Amino acid sequence: MSSPEYYIKSYCLIRDGKVSKNGEILFSDDSEEFPAFIKSAYKHFETDYSKFFKMDNLSKLAFMGAEVLLCENEEQNTALVLSNRASSLDTDRKHQAAISKESGAFASPAVFVYTLPNICMGEISIRHKLYSENSFFIFAEFNPYLLSDYANDLLISGKANEVLCGWVDYDKGKYDAFLYVIAKKGMLPHNTGELTKLYRTK
Amino acid sequence: MNNVYLSHNNIVSAYGFDSASAVDSIKNEVTGLTLVDDSKILPNPFYSSLIHQENLKSEFQKLDTKEAYTRLEQILLVSLADTLKKSGIELTERVGLIVSTTKGNIDVLDPDNPFDESRAYLGELGKKIETFFGFKNEAIVLSNACVSGVLALAVAKRLIHQERYDHVFVVAGDLVSKFILTGFNSFQALSESPCRPYCKTRAGINIGEVGCSILVTKEKSNLVEESVQIIGEASCNDANHISGPSRTGEGLYRSIVSAMEQAKVEADAIDYISAHGTATMFNDEMEAIAFNRAYLQDTPLNSLKGYFGHTLGASGLLESIIGMHSLHSNTLYASPGFQELGVSQPLHIITKTSPKESNIFLKTASGFGGCNTAAIFKKVNS
Repeated sequence: MSSPEYYIKSYCLIRDGKVSKNGEILFSDDSEEFPAFIKSAYKHFETDYSKFFKMDNLSKLAFMGAEVLLCENEEQNTALVLSNRASSLDTDRKHQAAISKESGAFASPAVFVYTLPNICMGEISIRHKLYSENSFFIFAEFNPYLLSDYANDLLISGKANEVLCGWVDYDKGKYDAFLYVIAKKGMLPHNTGELTKLYRTK
Repeated sequence: MNNVYLSHNNIVSAYGFDSASAVDSIKNEVTGLTLVDDSKILPNPFYSSLIHQENLKSEFQKLDTKEAYTRLEQILLVSLADTLKKSGIELTERVGLIVSTTKGNIDVLDPDNPFDESRAYLGELGKKIETFFGFKNEAIVLSNACVSGVLALAVAKRLIHQERYDHVFVVAGDLVSKFILTGFNSFQALSESPCRPYCKTRAGINIGEVGCSILVTKEKSNLVEESVQIIGEASCNDANHISGPSRTGEGLYRSIVSAMEQAKVEADAIDYISAHGTATMFNDEMEAIAFNRAYLQDTPLNSLKGYFGHTLGASGLLESIIGMHSLHSNTLYASPGFQELGVSQPLHIITKTSPKESNIFLKTASGFGGCNTAAIFKKVNS
C-alpha cells in the first residue's frame, strides 16, 4: 500500500554520550557509564520527575528520548510503538542474579516489574498522560518496515493522531535510542528510506 | 478494507497437543491445575498447569529435527507445526510470522541450563521458529506483557490491512520458570490454592504453561468451522502505574469502547466476555469497574485462569481460541473457582457450563506497564 501523507515531525538520537533532536546536538557528556550520562542528561534538560530514579536503564533511555520529543507536545492521542534487540535483558540479568541465591529469597518486586520491555512505554504514558496504543516489538536490528506499516495503520484507522516510534536498546552497558514522531504535518516524508538514513546518522 | 479472520488453531497444554483436548476438558469443567512440588522453581509447592514433559518429547520427535531446541522452542514448534499443516498454506513472501511471548527462553539465564545465554534474546527465538519452518519473512516478536497474545491478533490484522501480508501465523508461549514464579512471589501475588477469579475468597494467581498458534487470514476460502472475524480491537494504556491497575479501569474501559466503535456494535450485541480475571484483588476489581462503565455488567463473563492458570504471553491467544470454540458450540463455559462475587460492582459470572446461542464475543486482557487490550470477534457462519 502506498503510504498516505504522513510525515516525520521530529526525531531524537541518544547514543555515544550525545542527545540530539532533529540533527542538532542538544547535550553531550563524556561520562563513560550510561547511568552517569543519563543522569547528567536528566539534569541538563531540567527534568523534574522523581520517579526517573526508580527506573531501570532501558526505561531511563526511552523516557529521556520521549522527554526531548514530547516536551511541547499537545497531541494527547499519541501512540507508542517501540522496538529493540535486547528486550529487558539488562534487568532480567539482575533478577536472575538475585534469585540464583538461596531459593529466590532475594527477588525484589521493584526489579521484577522492569523485566518486561513494555514497561518503558508505561513510564512514558504516565509522564505524558497518554491513554494510547502501546506495542513493543523485538528485532535483530532496527526494522523501519514494520514500524512504518504499523504506525500508518494506527493513523489511518484513527486509533492515534500521532505515533511516537523507534528503537530503544540497552544491553551490557551499551545504549542506542532513535525515537521519532509521525504526524500529519512534519519536516520529512515518512518512508523507510528516510527512517534508515536518520537511524544511521552518526 | 479486507476482512480478517481467525482460522486453523492449536493448543499445546496440560490437556494435550491440540485445541480439541483443551476444549473438551473445559466443556466438562475439568481443571488443568495441579499441585506442583518442584523446589528448583519455588521452595514451596504451588498450583500450576504444565505441559507433560514425556509427551512433549514424543510429539517433538515426530518433527524430526536436526538440532537441539529449548523446551519453549519445542512447545512452540509442535504447536505451529500442527496449525501450519492443517492450513496447507505455502510459505511465500505474503505470509508473516508473529511470536508472542513475555520472557521467551528466559530459563537459559539459569547457570544450570545447558543452552547458551544468547538464546535468551527474543530475536533468536523468533529466528529459530522462522528458520525451522522456512518462513520468507523475519519473525516479528511481540513482547507486551500479559496483553501480548491478544494484541498479536490485532497486530496481525493491522499488517494484513496494510497489505504487508495476506496471512499471518501467530504462535504464543511462555514457560513456568523460577524466574517468573519468584518474581510474582515477590509481589505476594501467588495463590496457595487453585485461583478463584472474581470470587470473594480469591487469593491471587496461579501461573500456567501453554503454547498455542493460529492462522490469521484475509482469505475466506481457508476457514474452519469455529472461525471468527476480528471486527474490532484496541489497546489503551492506563497512564497510571507500572505494576498496579488503574482504580477507574481507565485503559481497559477505553480499550473496550474503542474496540466497540470500530466493530460498530453496542454493549447489548456482545453475547459473552472472555475476561482476563487473574484472581488478584486489584485486577479483578479494576475489570469489574471497567465492565460496568462499558455497560457490560449483565453480559455472561468468565475467566479461564482456573483451567490453565495465567499463561502470560500466551493467555490472550489461548483464551481467544477457546472463545472461538465457545461461540461455535453455542456453549458458555463456566468460570472455575467462582463461588460468591468479591468485587464492588455487579458482574454476570458464568457459574455453570450451559448452552447459549452466541454470535459475538469480547476478549480482554491487562498487564504490567498499564497496558490493556480488547478485541471483538464475530462468528463467520452466523
